[in-house]
Amino acid sequence: MTDFEPVIGLEIHVQLSTATKMFCGCALSFGEPPNTRTCPRCLALPGALPLPNAQAVHFGLMIGMALECELAPRSIFHRKSYFYPDSPKGYQISQYDEPLCGAGRLGDVRIHRVHLEEDAAKLVHAGGSGRIHGSLTSVVDFNRGGTPLVEIVSEPDVRSAEHAREWLTLLRTTLRRLGVSDVNMEEGSLRCDANVSIRPRGATELGTKTELKNMNSFRFLERGIRAEVARQEELVRSGGNVVQETLHFDPASGAISSLRSKEEAQDYRYFPEPDLVPVLITDAMLAAARADMPELPAARQERLEALGLTADSARQLAWRAELGDFFEAALAGNGAEPQPLANWVTGELVRRIGDDDPAVTPLAPAALAKLVHMVAAKAVSTGNARVVLDRLVAEGGDPEAIVAREGLGALGDGGELDGLVDAALAAHADAAERIRQGNAKAIGPIIGHVMRETQGRADGGEVTRLVHEKLGA
Amino acid sequence: MSTDPTTLSAGGAIAAVRAGELGRAELFGAYRARAAADELNAFTWVAEAPPADDAGDGPLAGVPIAVKDLFCTEGVPSQAGSRILEGYRPPYTATAVARLQAAGAPLLAKTNQDEFAMGSSNENSAFGPVLNPWDRTRVPGGSSGGSAAAVAAGHAPWALGTDTGGSIRQPAALCGIVGLKPTYGAVSRYGMIAFASSLDQAGPLTRTVADAALLLHHLAGRDDGDTTSVGLPEPVIVPTAERLDGIRLGVPEELSGEGIEPGVLEVFRATLALAEELGATVAPCRLPHAPYALSAYYVLNPAEASSNLARFDGVRYGLRVENGGGLTDMYTRTRHDGFGTEVKRRIMLGTFALSSGYYDAYYGRAQQVRTKIAEDFRSAFAHFDFVVTPTSPTVAFALGAKVDDPLAMYLNDFCSVPMSLAGIPAISIPNGLSEDLPVGLQLAGPAFSENRILDAAHALEAAIAFDGSGGRA
Repeated sequence: MTDFEPVIGLEIHVQLSTATKMFCGCALSFGEPPNTRTCPRCLALPGALPLPNAQAVHFGLMIGMALECELAPRSIFHRKSYFYPDSPKGYQISQYDEPLCGAGRLGDVRIHRVHLEEDAAKLVHAGGSGRIHGSLTSVVDFNRGGTPLVEIVSEPDVRSAEHAREWLTLLRTTLRRLGVSDVNMEEGSLRCDANVSIRPRGATELGTKTELKNMNSFRFLERGIRAEVARQEELVRSGGNVVQETLHFDPASGAISSLRSKEEAQDYRYFPEPDLVPVLITDAMLAAARADMPELPAARQERLEALGLTADSARQLAWRAELGDFFEAALAGNGAEPQPLANWVTGELVRRIGDDDPAVTPLAPAALAKLVHMVAAKAVSTGNARVVLDRLVAEGGDPEAIVAREGLGALGDGGELDGLVDAALAAHADAAERIRQGNAKAIGPIIGHVMRETQGRADGGEVTRLVHEKLGA
Repeated sequence: MSTDPTTLSAGGAIAAVRAGELGRAELFGAYRARAAADELNAFTWVAEAPPADDAGDGPLAGVPIAVKDLFCTEGVPSQAGSRILEGYRPPYTATAVARLQAAGAPLLAKTNQDEFAMGSSNENSAFGPVLNPWDRTRVPGGSSGGSAAAVAAGHAPWALGTDTGGSIRQPAALCGIVGLKPTYGAVSRYGMIAFASSLDQAGPLTRTVADAALLLHHLAGRDDGDTTSVGLPEPVIVPTAERLDGIRLGVPEELSGEGIEPGVLEVFRATLALAEELGATVAPCRLPHAPYALSAYYVLNPAEASSNLARFDGVRYGLRVENGGGLTDMYTRTRHDGFGTEVKRRIMLGTFALSSGYYDAYYGRAQQVRTKIAEDFRSAFAHFDFVVTPTSPTVAFALGAKVDDPLAMYLNDFCSVPMSLAGIPAISIPNGLSEDLPVGLQLAGPAFSENRILDAAHALEAAIAFDGSGGRA
């Protein structure tokens, strides 16, 4: 059976968090009453002209720099025609063959281009189900219309659904670091379409692609691509051909349905926007963008690796910037070793907070650093430290105080542990015998016994040392 | 004041007001009465009274102005001669009009025009044709036909028009008045209901060259609300020149022979002889690509218009025609009923010209021709101060004579379109009569040469001593 390789390119739309809209002075809208953030320009009243937003150009240049793009010294806006009530001018002002940013790269995926455009207004379908089909009337809220967007188009370098998700995470982190967008998929400030095709592994030419629209979460993106790759593979294996079309993924049912075929593709009648002069990028604009550039994930990963972190830890902390921020804050004052601290952040902490930002939990970075230090100093066992972390994440506080209050401190060296180990060896004579014969794994029941007796306060390493000492093994 | 104040030039009226010989209210009232009694259908709206807060103390001293319908005027019907905007009262005022109001010129009336400025006879208005004040069986020219007729008839002291391919100059010529199309970008387009954005330019229609200079002085200026506006490099000065010593006039063979009516040519040649008497040298020049100008123009203007008029969709303002058939049906009915024949023709031509697969052959090619024509003018201006031609190939023609023959109608723009494509300034001044009807002389100069053009036009005007009383109603 032929082995297929998915070939995926992503088209990402990002709402910029500028002060005002792309082509007028209206403030961006955050849930205000409908049609209260509008003016003659964004309503496309007769005679009104667009005015480009300098901050959006600035953000666009920052994004271009972060994605290592070629920055065009001169770019122009085009009109992209389409008739729909969410498009008050009857065209969207976008960029076409002279975009703001050309070829670039982020991580292992090449960037094709980055350009500026404006968002559409929002249609609200009243009556029926609230969706367009079966609704009785539709009304338009122009508050969102004209919000600045950048469209980022990747080359078809993505090779799996997981890869798409992982890379989009990196892109989101990068954009969040830049401070140019909220990059929230659920709220629509980050939107992703995927161009998906398959080809026999090893082939170089591209197969026919389909365009999968608007998957509004990272999970749906991954599931949608996986479903489409599977659909194409099954189609080709059964002797069929992939047809170029635009597809909709329904996350509820997992079904993929066709929105329109290639023949129904719209003719956007692009032509240069005569109401706007070309955007000329001056050295001063480039210098201003450069001055506003924060440290980006790739550079941060390198820096974290230089601290002695493994590549994997460094990448996890760099690509989820909020984890990196928490890690670096914890590392700052409390003498915890970097790698154990990183392990606690990317392991135990993430297990407790999921996709949340640790900064919004009651856990203070210094408290985690102290806890990790206590583990290293054998003041608390690893197992009990996990219990302490549960408390810290839930209610904050000082790990030392929690250990003292709840009696979770490790047993010191000396007699108490000695006696407990003796008792355990006696209770598990068969295990002791196997250890003596060289089976190191047999120690489990003995350690378990000691831990039970001490409610986890014993140090596993110390127990192991004592067992081996006593058995001469 | 014993003389009728409406016989004064605008400059003369300002002087009379300043001297205390004429009251502002008296002047406004005299024009208002004439405008209200107009039988030429020159107006679509006439003010009841000057605005209470009028800035009559400004330099324009309360001399009122008539403004082409397509300029947005707050709270006053601004319909661009179209059924689709019938009764539309914008919430804001166009920058050009606002500048004049701030300088002390109250709004007298809105003037009739060809629908969306598409036409050369003013017969394409949804509000009926305008009659030529010299002969009411004939057209006034277009598209600023109402403005030209009103000024010629003495129903307004001066007027604001727009010129895309000749829409100020040609009606000025056919009505025996002065019309100036400034350099593209000299006057803000903000609030002008767009026809072809890369060509549209506002300018004055006046009875004298000095009045045109005075009006342009207050109109021109960079507007931060229109990125294509640049203003003029120096203030416009009211001209005083009486001679043309050392001025080199180039007569392009391509625009002064074939296709021009013999009577018009005769008047043109007499004026050239007069110019020589004033000290000018007159010699033939070449504009090799001028014969292609009309073809290029009739690709470019419909293309831009098809896009500019997409906003008239019945959703936000203007006409909406519904019959319960849903969105597409509403669009279709609204635009079917709202637009006139010529507008529909150009929307279809332009949509075709921008379509995928045809863009390069039409729009792309036309832009190349445009570049060539601009180069032709640059070459000519290396040897000549101005290029002179008849403004229009004919005198005013009979109402209805060309309405069924669009190509014949388009030929009216033969002499005026090349300057529009090149973006350069050009003035039309009356230079005599043919068949008892006015003939216009066109002077065109390099970009931003308005002061020099006005000086030369002033010297010629004095020597020609045209008697405009035949147009006075």
